[in-house]
Amino acid sequence: MSAIIDVKGVTKTFGGVMANTDVTLQVEQGGITGLIGPNGSGKTTLFNSIVGYHPIDSGSIHFEGQEISKLPVQTIARLGLLRTFQQTRIYGAMNCVENMLISMPHRKMSFLESFGHNTAGDRERAEMLLDFVGLYEKRFLRSGSLSFGQQKLLEFAMALMNEPTVLLLDEPTAGINPTLINGLIDRLKRANSEFGITLFIIEHNMRVIMNMADTIYCLAHGKLLANGTPGEIQNDQRVIDAYLGAH
Amino acid sequence: MRKILFYSALLLVILASPFLFPDFRTQLATLWLMIIVSLTWDMTGGQMGYNSLGNIFFYGTGMYVAALITIGMVHPVGEYTDASRSELMLFTDGQYFTGVLVGCLGAGLFCAVSAAILGYVTFGLRGPYFAIGTLGIAIAAGELVSNWDWVGGGQGIQLPVYPGNLDIGKLFFYFLFAGTGVALFIFCKWLYGTRFGAAVNAIRDDEEKAEAMGIHTLRYKLTAWALSAFFVGVAGGISAFQLIHFEPLETAYQTINLGIFMVVCVLLGGKGTLWGPVIGAIAFHVIKEVTWNYLLGWQWVALGALIVVTVVYFQDGIMGWLVHKRPEWFGIRVEKKDVGEEAA
Repeated sequence: MSAIIDVKGVTKTFGGVMANTDVTLQVEQGGITGLIGPNGSGKTTLFNSIVGYHPIDSGSIHFEGQEISKLPVQTIARLGLLRTFQQTRIYGAMNCVENMLISMPHRKMSFLESFGHNTAGDRERAEMLLDFVGLYEKRFLRSGSLSFGQQKLLEFAMALMNEPTVLLLDEPTAGINPTLINGLIDRLKRANSEFGITLFIIEHNMRVIMNMADTIYCLAHGKLLANGTPGEIQNDQRVIDAYLGAH
Repeated sequence: MRKILFYSALLLVILASPFLFPDFRTQLATLWLMIIVSLTWDMTGGQMGYNSLGNIFFYGTGMYVAALITIGMVHPVGEYTDASRSELMLFTDGQYFTGVLVGCLGAGLFCAVSAAILGYVTFGLRGPYFAIGTLGIAIAAGELVSNWDWVGGGQGIQLPVYPGNLDIGKLFFYFLFAGTGVALFIFCKWLYGTRFGAAVNAIRDDEEKAEAMGIHTLRYKLTAWALSAFFVGVAGGISAFQLIHFEPLETAYQTINLGIFMVVCVLLGGKGTLWGPVIGAIAFHVIKEVTWNYLLGWQWVALGALIVVTVVYFQDGIMGWLVHKRPEWFGIRVEKKDVGEEAA
């Protein structure tokens, strides 16, 4: 396995706030990598840096060997590096199937193909993925009228529709009914194993991330605190201290 | 089947109306102009969420380009537009009709290219900034053209009159506008069903999300505006021949008249719908003509009141109100709040 995302010495400040200081980590191709850390430790900032939402102050970010830290959001998304949002972003006025069809991978289309209609195969795929996340029954409902958890599942399905190489998920289980979380873990794992999508996940729910990830990185105060397998992280005194507030 | 019947009936009305109401041929032609500019405004304003106040730029530019092409193919433009010239410069019938065809298509193409170039600069602006930016372009263009002597300056341009019977001429312009309008409607109906249409809607609803999904937002925005500008340019070209004489500030780059009317039509009819701009344009045109005839002296007040009421109380327009009242007619289904979560 090789690193598909290679973050080296990334520093990002907002005014005087050091959001990320010299962060170095690797996301292995085909694996599930976790990113944990207490609130305000700079996890989402790191995600935003990777997908190009803001420029970084120093360091480098490589995706499939290509330097991407200077590229804009769309260009990075078109390379196949996709993210979901902590606050879900779906097209609320449209129904679920329309949301899925909007998420067709435009980067794989030529300009002329974008003037075509969606094929029966595209619709089938959209419905298959809605079924995959458990929204098949609600596929013709206005997506804005769904509950927050269901919108989150829809956003996940939309990301899968886009056929990304790597998917960055920002707290996929936050706001989801606890009884559904096991199902979601299973789906994330299947997205990884069946669709071959590399996952990089920010998660607060320790049970979820310990169950899924091969490798976990822990941030605290914007710095990389520890990394290793779930077992190593669970027993790392520094991680425990960071979460319990010791210094 | 019902659809075929509906559209056939509609086509029949379009073909028959200038013969049923021969006194209103020019009015009906103007109605088609309103429908064209409303539909094109909605392509970016309603479908893509970019409210341009400067689309009138393409109307005025279309007029000038069509006129200059027609004149330039036969006479030297500078001499033709020179106000002090004494001899009459004539056009044969063949030159006139070639001018109409080549001029209008040329105007459309020129406007499409200008939209792509202007869009490259202005699509960095969002919301009201885009609206004001585009309005600025239209106003500036009017002022520049009115100081450009080669194209007639503030005097404007005089085009040849339709050769032959003037009543036939009115029919000619009616069918030019109607043909363009029908073609545009069919084009929009097709376009909004494609992946391009969906991408443009995505830009309207959440541009940042669309970018994050890898949609080529700038490319699609430029294309949508260029397509819209093409049809406005063609309509401007037809107007130039219909009006015979036009000048830059009041006729061509008429920002406060047609430039605002097209926005009001779309708001009245319903933004972001296929039929909204058409219905809005018809309603607006009827209201405008009635107030101009029966409330003379107060017509601008009535029009202003209409705009205020539409914008303040009736933002979704006629179609939007229908969608809200009868969502099932449009195939919209909403999650019942009392059913709860268990089905997820």
